[in-house]
Amino acid sequence: MSISAPRGLASSGQKPITEILHPLSAAEEPLSPGPDVTVSGGRDKEVGLTNGTPVETPSPASASVLFNRLQLDDDLDSDGRDPYADTETHDLFVTVDDPKKHVSTMETYITYRVSTKTTRIEFDLPDYSVRRRYQDFDWLRTKLEDSQPTHLIPPLPEKFVMKGVVDRFSEEFVETRMKALDKFLKRVADHPVLSFNPHLNAFLSAKDLNKRQGLALLSKVGESVKNVAGGYKLRVRPPEFCAMGEYLDTFNQKLGTIDRIAQRILKEQSEYLTELREYGTVYASWAGSEEELQRPLEGVAGCVTTCCGALEDMSENMGQDFLPVLREYILYIESMKNVLRKRDQSQAEYEGRLEAAVLRKQEDRTPIPAEVEKCQDKMECFNADLKADWERWQSNKRQDFKQLLTGMADKNVTHYEKCQAAWESLITLLQDKQTEDKTRTSVMSLLEGRVFIQIFPGQTSSTPNASLFLSSSRQRGFAHEDKI
Amino acid sequence: MDDRAAMEICVAEAEKRSGKNAVSMQETFTVYLIETRPMDAVAEGHNPAPDCLWRRYSEFELLRNYLIVTYPYIVVPPLPEKRAEFVWHKLSADNMDPDFVERRRVGLENFLLRVASHPVLCNDKILCYFLTEEHGWKEAVYETGFQAKADSRLRALSATFRVRNPDKCFMEMKHYSDELQSHTSQLLRARARVADRLYGVFKVHGNYGRVFSEWSAIEKEMGDGLQSAGHHMDAYAASIDDILEEEEHYADQLKEYLFYAEALRAVCRKHELTQFELEMASQDLISKKQQREELATGIVRTFSFKGMTNKLFGQEAPEQREARLKLLEDLIAEGEETVKEKTIERHVEKAWVDIQRFKEQKDKDLREALINYAVMQISMCKKGIQVWSNAKECFLKM
Repeated sequence: MSISAPRGLASSGQKPITEILHPLSAAEEPLSPGPDVTVSGGRDKEVGLTNGTPVETPSPASASVLFNRLQLDDDLDSDGRDPYADTETHDLFVTVDDPKKHVSTMETYITYRVSTKTTRIEFDLPDYSVRRRYQDFDWLRTKLEDSQPTHLIPPLPEKFVMKGVVDRFSEEFVETRMKALDKFLKRVADHPVLSFNPHLNAFLSAKDLNKRQGLALLSKVGESVKNVAGGYKLRVRPPEFCAMGEYLDTFNQKLGTIDRIAQRILKEQSEYLTELREYGTVYASWAGSEEELQRPLEGVAGCVTTCCGALEDMSENMGQDFLPVLREYILYIESMKNVLRKRDQSQAEYEGRLEAAVLRKQEDRTPIPAEVEKCQDKMECFNADLKADWERWQSNKRQDFKQLLTGMADKNVTHYEKCQAAWESLITLLQDKQTEDKTRTSVMSLLEGRVFIQIFPGQTSSTPNASLFLSSSRQRGFAHEDKI
Repeated sequence: MDDRAAMEICVAEAEKRSGKNAVSMQETFTVYLIETRPMDAVAEGHNPAPDCLWRRYSEFELLRNYLIVTYPYIVVPPLPEKRAEFVWHKLSADNMDPDFVERRRVGLENFLLRVASHPVLCNDKILCYFLTEEHGWKEAVYETGFQAKADSRLRALSATFRVRNPDKCFMEMKHYSDELQSHTSQLLRARARVADRLYGVFKVHGNYGRVFSEWSAIEKEMGDGLQSAGHHMDAYAASIDDILEEEEHYADQLKEYLFYAEALRAVCRKHELTQFELEMASQDLISKKQQREELATGIVRTFSFKGMTNKLFGQEAPEQREARLKLLEDLIAEGEETVKEKTIERHVEKAWVDIQRFKEQKDKDLREALINYAVMQISMCKKGIQVWSNAKECFLKM
């Protein structure tokens, strides 16, 4: 398979699809889905095609862009925070931020600002800024799924939250959700096919997202893919798709385990924190009854408090950044498995129809209907799209998890660094005091009328006549009355 | 100064023994090897073989009880705990557990060193025999008759009594001993709970090791990085065992002062008791002197039954009066002796000197203990940074 598509293909966006090489077909032949694809009205009702989007300008073939990106990915620094940033095909930038609460008579909900910057001509303006709520994102995703059934659509954060358990309007919840929505939108905007979907365009640019209007046409095209006749049984699934399915199952399991471990760690840390706080207060209260030891004990109490703060920060971070990403991938896997099932169905349909047609041909020499060929094309496009998307997903997954896990390691290191610094400064304090005191007690001095004398071990204890009497200084004033 | 030479002392080993106890039942117990060497021989560069003998914990207890009774004005160093207390879940509460025995060995050595370096206690003969005479020591201890004193002292210490003129300093010191006891025991309990929880946090991380390893099996490029990171997670989980074992040493230092607080309190209590006895004796003396005066002058100052009966039934004969006066004089003489004794027995100066000595020792020891604790914490933090940095390296290679 050759990659003969020129670089920067995606940004041209003007070439009719017939001229664009499908990367998984033979090098010489252009993809031949026919001119139907370029029709905006979606006249072809039978077959949903590779890209399924009857837009004015065709979408570029996905994989060539992907291969470009894959190469770039390997060159990227491992600490590249945004895996989507540096590709040269990036001409659509989206951001989700600025959550705001809206109160109306019927309901209360949160909207987010969706900002777009683009040089694509599919958009009328270079900049957009609109407000959207979760419902709108959900709408977008459903539309994408319907209109691009052969592609992997990124997941959204969970829709339903138990009202009693989670506060939908708490800062943390909103923050976490917003990050996930931002990620979703960036993944879509980054996808060589999905990003040209008109629903996305509407989502990003329309002042008022009227969900009922005008795009109904598109759904018909999507429908035909969804409505694969039932009763077609898949004979043999190609091994690469089997492998995908198995991988997803195992990966799903492992992610679930990691999620449980992370939650357990948070729980244990929270209980540890409770005990640690109590521990610190005991030092502080002991300090209250001591003189010489007051400062050291208060110092220790302070260190323990600092460690508590550091731990709290780390736990909060893990809850907000780590767990949501894990959960998101679990959702992603679910939707991917769905796509795999649809692919299976598409293959089953083709094979079923082919078999029926072959039989009929044998009986009465009826030629194989064009319909069957279209089914074959459909299946082959599906397979190609899926494979391309799969590679892309694997690469993104690697980046995401690299980032996630190094983030976790970083947080732990920071936590320990903070604690170490606190204890080190305490030691300095305590050791300074030690040298201070040593010089004092070795000197016989008359301080405020009291006498300090060191007792040497081995000396007999004082008889009533020995003039050995010690007094301690400071607040308690233990100066002994009974002088000899 | 004293007739014994300075000695190097150590409790070198511990061994299990079996034998029949007082009620002829078979029992297993541990004995500890005490080794002593004369200090000057060591100083001069000779290396003589140490004298040694074996003692069990109950003998140490006997020695300490003797010291407490014989030197009521001294804050006597405590023994390591009889049973394992403030135990966090992983630690064994079994007296036969080798870790417990080892910590006890260290504690017993510490006890002997403290006693032998005490300016008063170091001169005690019984202590000397304890260190040098394997047999015959017990007889010597019992011969001192300290046990008779011990019983009465114990009874007296738990009795409630009211002192008319309490010594403010000793009262404050007693109050302080209560505070010290309360704070150290609170701290030990809190520390054990913290240790328990921390153990849990570390051990759960071990699960990452396993799941990363399983996950690496289905990955291509990510596999190696994940696998190595998993090993580091395992190491992290395992590291807590050593960390907490080291912390037990800190707990032992705190425990020593928990028990020291008791000893301090006993000295204050004993002082209080003697003060009370002194007041009683003084009171008694005064009333006897008053009686003598009344007898001598015939003037009854205060109401007395005898006075009443005298009025009712007539005065007694002069011979009887003489006899009673004589008796009173004897009692008064006795009373004055008692008051003198009690005054001395309060050992005010000696007790105060030792309390001050204790106070300085405590401040020094506990400050060092806190510094060592901080050092332990720093070491733990460094290990943590090391492990997570290693894990990060592996993640970056994914």
